[in-house]
Amino acid sequence: MTSPSFASKSTTMGEAGLMSVFAVSAYVFFFAGAMGHDSAFTFHALLASAASLTATGVILNRYYERPAQLPPAQINGRPNYNLGPIKFASVLAMFWGIAGFSIGLLIASQLAWPALNFDLPWASFGRLRPLHTSAVIFAFGGNVLIATSFYVVQKTCRTRLAGDLAPWFVVVGYNFFILIAGTGYLFGVTQSKEYAEPEWYADLWLTIVWITYLIVFVATLLKRKEPHIFVANWFYLAFIVTIAVLHLGNNPALPVSVFGSKSYIAWAGVQDAMFQWWYGHNAVGFFLTAGFLAIMYYFIPKRAERPVYSYRLSIIHFWALIFLYIWAGPHHLHYTALPDWTQTLGMTFSIMLWMPSWGGMINGMMTLSGAWDKLRTDPVLRMLVVSVAFYGMATFEGPTMAIKVVNSLSHYTDWTVGHVHSGALGWVGFVSFGALYCLIPWLWNRQLYSLKLVNWHFWIATIGIVLYISAMWVSGILQGLMWRAYTSLGFLEYSFIESVEAMHPFYIIRAAGGALFLIGALIMAANLWMTVNAREADQIQDARALQVAE
Amino acid sequence: MTEHNDIDHISGRSTTGHEWDGIKELNTPLPRWWILSFYATILWAIGYWVVYPAWPLLSSYTTGVFDYSTRASVVNDLASLEELRGEKMAVLGKASLTEIEKDPALLGLARARGKTVFADNCAPCHGSGGAGAKGYPNLNDDDWLWGGSLDQILQTIQFGARSGHAQAHEGQMLAFGRDGILTKTEIVTVANYVRSLSGLTTAAKFDAAAGTKIFAENCAVCHGENAKGNQALGAPNLTDRIWLYGSDEDTLVETISYGRAGIMPAWSGRLDPITVRALAVYVHSLGGGQ
Amino acid sequence: MSLWNRHKIFEKNSIILIAGILAVIAIGGLVEITPLFYLKSTIEAVDGVRPYTPLELAGRNIYVREGCYVCHSQMIRPLRDEVERYGHYSLAAESMYDHPFQWGSKRTGPDLARIGGKYSDEWHVTHLTNPRAIVPQSVMPGYPSLANTEVDLTDMVAHLRTNRAIGVPYSEDQIKNAVADMKTQLDPDSANVESFQKRYPKAAVRNFDGRAGNPTELDALVAYLQMLGTLIDFKLYDEKANLR
Ligand code: HEC
Ligand code: HEC
Ligand code: HEC
Ligand code: HEM
Ligand code: HEM
Ligand SMILES: [Ca+2]
Ligand SMILES: [Ca+2]
Ligand SMILES: [Cu+2]
Repeated sequence: MTSPSFASKSTTMGEAGLMSVFAVSAYVFFFAGAMGHDSAFTFHALLASAASLTATGVILNRYYERPAQLPPAQINGRPNYNLGPIKFASVLAMFWGIAGFSIGLLIASQLAWPALNFDLPWASFGRLRPLHTSAVIFAFGGNVLIATSFYVVQKTCRTRLAGDLAPWFVVVGYNFFILIAGTGYLFGVTQSKEYAEPEWYADLWLTIVWITYLIVFVATLLKRKEPHIFVANWFYLAFIVTIAVLHLGNNPALPVSVFGSKSYIAWAGVQDAMFQWWYGHNAVGFFLTAGFLAIMYYFIPKRAERPVYSYRLSIIHFWALIFLYIWAGPHHLHYTALPDWTQTLGMTFSIMLWMPSWGGMINGMMTLSGAWDKLRTDPVLRMLVVSVAFYGMATFEGPTMAIKVVNSLSHYTDWTVGHVHSGALGWVGFVSFGALYCLIPWLWNRQLYSLKLVNWHFWIATIGIVLYISAMWVSGILQGLMWRAYTSLGFLEYSFIESVEAMHPFYIIRAAGGALFLIGALIMAANLWMTVNAREADQIQDARALQVAE
Repeated sequence: MTEHNDIDHISGRSTTGHEWDGIKELNTPLPRWWILSFYATILWAIGYWVVYPAWPLLSSYTTGVFDYSTRASVVNDLASLEELRGEKMAVLGKASLTEIEKDPALLGLARARGKTVFADNCAPCHGSGGAGAKGYPNLNDDDWLWGGSLDQILQTIQFGARSGHAQAHEGQMLAFGRDGILTKTEIVTVANYVRSLSGLTTAAKFDAAAGTKIFAENCAVCHGENAKGNQALGAPNLTDRIWLYGSDEDTLVETISYGRAGIMPAWSGRLDPITVRALAVYVHSLGGGQ
Repeated sequence: MSLWNRHKIFEKNSIILIAGILAVIAIGGLVEITPLFYLKSTIEAVDGVRPYTPLELAGRNIYVREGCYVCHSQMIRPLRDEVERYGHYSLAAESMYDHPFQWGSKRTGPDLARIGGKYSDEWHVTHLTNPRAIVPQSVMPGYPSLANTEVDLTDMVAHLRTNRAIGVPYSEDQIKNAVADMKTQLDPDSANVESFQKRYPKAAVRNFDGRAGNPTELDALVAYLQMLGTLIDFKLYDEKANLR
């Protein structure tokens, strides 16, 4: 008889299947790389080939290292949560956050001092701006969303994450998508559709990853031990499902060659515009809003140790929000060649979206009732609550800007950029920071290294945000007013270039604000680094996570 | 999980009875102001749909009670702008340019009209004050390629130079080197000769007599016997120390070897006739008008 | 509590929850997007809009590649100041062959919808190479490498074919001549100019970057910029017929 562990150990379907798929794709991508029509495609194909080969090796290695049995779903009657992929995504979130903010600072500086473009194709503003938006939204935001959703769904369903390799496939695959997309921008591989810049092959890969994400999430919901699905999971689910729909609707493209990076999008002109902003607005609505509201619904009550303010409000605002959001896209196309009737729908639905958005804000804020005093002592909670305040502000400003007369001024100006960043830095940034400050100590079973540093982070970043958005309000409104200013004789008062000159001081202030925001994030990274690397003695005997799988 | 509704002691409200990872929910009713505001926005939206084009149908869309259209309203806005500018604007279109310049009110109007239009359309080439740049003439000085009278300036702005417009100024500086008309040495010689015309230093070995001869045989047809230029051909005056492309020997050699043909776009299709006339007056009044 | 109890069905069944979400998010998109494909009023009836010449298309792809849309709009709104500054408001028809559309959402630089013919080729060459050489206050990046990079001609036929597959009406004749047309457009002395201009009415034939040699990216980009907004003759355009 051979050793028992050998006899009973065999590869799972997943392991065997994935290894063979990756082995084949390593070969296929190598071949594709050799056939590549452009250097970017060749580079990406070879990268994919190398990654596939590595993946095969890693899975094989993992198989030899692991015990015969897969990690049990429960240990001593308590769920055995799967934390490995969550750790991976949270570390990458921090990494991409810092990368994205740094590029933000660079492009902000380029607008103030254009010499910083260095006349290099890959360093020019037009290529770096999409790198910034993708790095902060999809890389930073996306990893925060995946990490927290995998954590929250396990904890609130009291069950281990579905799948063995699938969660790893999601987090690693998603970050590989980011790598392909980001390096592509530097090469000039882009569809130049805002927030949907990645080319066809990156889009296809994302589709596979995202559907796996949906399956893992839903399969975990299906095997939950709680009778009801927690409100945070409604929001996560709406986010995952809708992003899939939006991605598929906005991106159908025909490549010029299957061995080349360039493709042409299926839609044209006015229809493409409508598809784009149906997508773009709802990337805001479902990625930057629904997803992060899910984070809010778990982390605020958890940190404040208070019940969610109103169950009824969460029902109404959830359904109203997702129903109404979808309609609001045309507010990005006011006064364009999109027909008037569509613009009217975009505007009116944006106004109706105001209260459902504030429903979320109320539920987040009022959860603090009875625990307001904690804001003084807990800067993490303060960060979470201030994020909700920024959310409220952005969702009041948004409907205002969606009114056609207001938009006739604000559109095309820095006002939009200011609005974006009050949502992005204030809401998305702060709620993510708050969640990571909670999550990292929980995942590594440590005490947060320093609350004092969190406090510093909070204040430095807040000043940064205030500088950023107030500079953009002033410059945006100034820009809008200068463009439309008429003299008493009825002639245009300013030339375009005068408006460019007038922006200069505000672009410097904005860059200063961005620098502060970045410094805050660096402090955070240091704090989290110290937390994770703390001595064993600092571990808390909480047993939140019984066994860290993988 | 038992489904009984606890009471939360701090708020005094009942919970829904569920608990997830220690999180409960309160059964707080919807805030009144919130739901009322929500209804108000819905009512407002319905009202808006009645008034404005809103809902797509099978072969058209609801047009709203006033048949509003953004495209129609900009036509009205432009019309009221015309009204604001007043009847004087029409005079700008009709009166002779000299009359306009003599009448302070009309001159003021023309200059006011010209200022931003110049900054948006002309300054990218001629510089923000019309001071020019290499290849783009200075419009402040009294040196004119195509003539500095009001009518000549108007003509240039309307149709441009080598712009492709049928009435554009034509004629260009020949490429004496590229087309093999002159040798390299001859070109250097005539370049030095041209420099000498405006009192610039010349190379030590420069043969003045040869330069004079080359110039008379090749250049004088356009630039004139005395090199004072010819506005009919757009050939610049080469004696006045004002240079379009530059006066150092290298630039001159380049000019003579490869020729020059700067393009001034035609504006008659892009800008309306009154504006073009206002621009002519504006440019004329910059300081160099003749 | 009774009505609120009904919500249980979504909270207890993740599949029904997904179905609910899908149903709710489908409506808005369907109502707003589908009519744009069938309502005749969506795209105005005008003459003159034609597919891009191969050179212009290559230029447009460079515009897309460099992300010029992050600073430049190509959409003049029907507002009096814009119409005055940039020209007639943009029509849907003017971008009907644009895959993707490049209307933009930010004006760090001016609108480019009607930039065609506004400046000379030479101005564009200088400006794209070093914007501050000619507009000192500009914050636009310089693109000096465009002048030294040749356009890849090998795939040109495939580019036109791909466009035709997604609805751009390139004729077999246009596809067949794609590579030749690219060179013809840069060479006014070519014998093919006439047939080229028959295939692409109003297309300008010039050496756009002013240098001898194979088509460069600068040639292509300037050719594209110089045709923007020039296809429709607004003297013939029926304002009233196309309100919507
Ligand atoms: C693309 C660049 C460009 C733009 C834009 C431009 N110009 Fe010019 N302009 C030129 C060039 C080049 C010349 C000289 C042509 C030549 O070399 O013969 C010129 C010549 C002129 C002249 C004749 C100067 C002379 O010495 O005779 C006038 C007047 C003039 N421009 C006015 C204007 C006005 C007014 C505008 C705006 C409505 C304008 N230009 C826009 C390039 C431009
Ligand atoms: C067919 C007519 C013609 C002939 C012959 C001609 N020129 Fe010119 N020249 C012009 C025109 C027209 C311009 C202005 C080009 C422009 O505005 O872009 C010009 C411009 C120049 C300039 C540039 C002036 C400046 O301000 O930068 C120089 C120098 C010059 N010519 C010298 C010569 C010399 C030397 C010869 C003889 C070898 C010559 N030209 C023959 C028509 C001619
Ligand atoms: C960082 C923002 C930025 C980027 C990116 C950018 N531009 Fe510009 N662009 C400007 C600004 C600001 C101006 C106005 C000042 C000037 O003329 O340079 C301008 C002006 C222009 C003009 C002249 C418009 C006019 O009416 O005067 C053209 C043409 C142009 N850009 C083309 C491009 C092209 C093509 C690209 C991409 C390859 C590009 N730009 C990328 C900022 C930008
Ligand atoms: C250090 C912090 C940051 C700085 C300095 C910064 C700077 C910038 C700059 C300069 C732009 C271009 C604006 C323009 O074109 O005029 C921009 C655009 C944008 N940024 Fe940031 N950013 C920062 C953080 C973030 C974060 C955290 C997010 C999102 C989570 C974000 C999302 C965006 C988006 C969506 C746009 C595009 C806006 C639009 O198209 O209107 N940014 N940012
Ligand atoms: C009720 C909620 C909201 C409404 C109605 C709304 C409305 C608007 C409007 C009208 C614009 C300007 C469009 C234009 O003129 O081009 C805009 C831009 C934008 N908003 Fe919001 N907004 C809302 C909330 C948010 C939130 C919470 C965020 C989170 C970050 C956000 C992110 C953005 C972004 C990224 C853009 C820039 C899009 C572009 O690239 O042009 N919005 N929004
Ligand atoms: Ca894409
Ligand atoms: Ca934008
Ligand atoms: Cu939006």
